[in-house]
Amino acid sequence: MIKILFFARIREQLGVDCLEWPVDAALSLAQLRQQLVEQRGGNWRAVLMADNILIALNQTVVAGQRLEHTTVNAGDEVAFFPPVTGG
Amino acid sequence: MPATISVSVQHDDFDLGEIVKAMRLQTAQVGAIASFVGCVRDINDQQTVATLELEHYPGMTEQSIRSICEQADERWQLFAATVVHRVGKLAPTEQIVVVTVSSMHRGDAFAACEFIMDYLKTRAPFWKKELTPAGERWVDARCSDQQAAERWSQDS
Repeated sequence: MIKILFFARIREQLGVDCLEWPVDAALSLAQLRQQLVEQRGGNWRAVLMADNILIALNQTVVAGQRLEHTTVNAGDEVAFFPPVTGG
Repeated sequence: MPATISVSVQHDDFDLGEIVKAMRLQTAQVGAIASFVGCVRDINDQQTVATLELEHYPGMTEQSIRSICEQADERWQLFAATVVHRVGKLAPTEQIVVVTVSSMHRGDAFAACEFIMDYLKTRAPFWKKELTPAGERWVDARCSDQQAAERWSQDS
């Protein structure tokens, strides 16, 4: 299992803040996102495929091509969130 | 010697005077202390803001700010860097964030303070929601903040 977290606008749009998600075989972050979109349906495609979404693996942002090459393993923490607006 | 780095994400208010005093007393080599304080404005994008609500990603927030401070310490000669960022509900005029750095001379202190703030705004996982008379709205990220942060990589 992995833990998936959603923050801010994305959490509100999906109506969920945290998921426990089974990971059977080796999976890239891009494949994980695809799996979520397909299995959850509804607005998940529009929300998770948004151009400006940020994806973090174990609290480090992974972007661009690295989403295809970064593998998710059991025990990992993945987070989806919008561009940050602190300060 | 690496700088003393202190990062806190908290609901409670902070006292800039205490932070500065602690840095003065850390070592008599300190000749310059620079601080930035960000506060809640009552108007943003022509809308009256009654309350600002700040959300963050616990764990990643502290880690990312600490990493930004470490990068500042590599670029400039610092004795200490302290960042306090508040979360939860805040009203106009309240303090949101303070960045304070100490150094031997003002050049390093000013630059490091601005660098930490610019990077914090684009990299630390905080999100602001405004409560206005017209309802709630999430604050959008600004291109100008992105450009301010990118400046530091062009310089070097």
